[in-house]
Amino acid sequence: MKYYAETHEWVEIVDGIATVGITEFAAEELGDLTYVEMPAIGAVFAAGEVFGSVESVKAASDIYAPLAGKVCEINDALETNPEVLNEAAEGDGWICRFSDVDQSGLSKLMSREDYLKSIGK
Amino acid sequence: MEEPLLNTPLVDYHVALGARMAPFAGWNMPVQYSEGILAEHRHCRTATSLFDICHMGEFRVAGPQAAADLDRILARSVLDQALNTCRYNFLLNEQAGVLDDLIVYRFAEDEFFLVVNAGTRSHDVDWIQPRLSPSTSFEDESDAIAKLDLQGPQSAAVLAELGLSIDRQPAYYRFLTLTLWGLPLLISRTGYTGERGFELYFPVAAAGQVWETILATPGVKPAGLGARDTLRLEMGFPLYGHEMDETITPVEAGFGAMLKLEKPREFIGSEVLRDPVRGRPRRRLFGFRLESRRAARHGAAILIDGRQVGVVTSGAVAPSLDIAVAMGYVDAEFDLKPGDAVGLDAGKTVLPATVANTPFYTAGTARA
Repeated sequence: MKYYAETHEWVEIVDGIATVGITEFAAEELGDLTYVEMPAIGAVFAAGEVFGSVESVKAASDIYAPLAGKVCEINDALETNPEVLNEAAEGDGWICRFSDVDQSGLSKLMSREDYLKSIGK
Repeated sequence: MEEPLLNTPLVDYHVALGARMAPFAGWNMPVQYSEGILAEHRHCRTATSLFDICHMGEFRVAGPQAAADLDRILARSVLDQALNTCRYNFLLNEQAGVLDDLIVYRFAEDEFFLVVNAGTRSHDVDWIQPRLSPSTSFEDESDAIAKLDLQGPQSAAVLAELGLSIDRQPAYYRFLTLTLWGLPLLISRTGYTGERGFELYFPVAAAGQVWETILATPGVKPAGLGARDTLRLEMGFPLYGHEMDETITPVEAGFGAMLKLEKPREFIGSEVLRDPVRGRPRRRLFGFRLESRRAARHGAAILIDGRQVGVVTSGAVAPSLDIAVAMGYVDAEFDLKPGDAVGLDAGKTVLPATVANTPFYTAGTARA
């Protein structure tokens, strides 16, 4: 099950590993995405901390860690094909995976239903 | 309080096409349509795109003294400008700073048409009008004239399909006036994309009709200001407010070779430009090629050996090149050459870049 942050990231935890990305709504709002700045593998982030950025033709936007954790994998495919983010932001367009996740932070995130409500959908 | 945004006569057409609208120079303009900026950019480089440019301003200046007046007000001469030609020109202040960059159309010995930027239009009126002779008439026709840009390698074929055969079409930087589609039409072979293209001017009441007629032609798609910006950036064309403003001279912006500073011709700003001290460029505009699609943005510092030597004025991914490019001013003491390395500050990191010749994109069909 996915959880959503006010800052338009999603996170899904499977076997203790959290996969993180930006929401379809965010990708749509940003327009054509042209570059993804990835965190370094092994980097540790607090919940709410900037861990990377996505760039569209017009602007760059920070992305925030929805939960505290340590980066254990990045989605290399986005380096050559950032347009995957526009096609499947909540699927193949995942950005990175975190281990050592502090799951207590989930209580501060939203369900999909609440997130969609928050963006007026 | 902010002034409410102005709408072009085509706003409803844009919304119906799924455009994303955003403010630009006081106007509510389409940034992109549903296919997005990259697709619109590529379409203009390969086929034909239609841009709503109704926000720009148009002035008509006429009278026996009009040519002499404009020759004094504008940085490039209009006296030697042939009839039915267009000329890129600059409106300067007394310090030789650029108040606007514009295109001058010469209709007749004594009649000119000036096409100016939307954001500078009202200031241009205030600047130009009091500097004209009493016998020279000045009309701001912007509200009565619609402007559409038809741009792309196939644009001549599209126009032919729409009733203006290729042999009747104006040559590069020339224009003609005619009646087409039952309308009085001014059409010039000009544009801001680097592709073969035309700019069309006609009465504003016909804007919707012309927009729909052109878009109904096979191969034509609408393009927004987002693609207009990446297209002009790939060509290294300046955008007023970024590469030019009233503190920047045309020499600093790279147009020195276009200016004829020899006496006896005098124009507003010429004294400063001729002065070896006051007219010396303090900075120069350069193009930069980055190493990935990651862009440096307007306002980013340009660094050499960690020290700031200039500032980025425009930067984005160049869709035709698949890497990011930028333009920016560097202090005149640094005599940079193509291939020289600089850093462009992107906040958390410094992006490596090299000085590059412009246009960045060299396969444009504008003159073809």
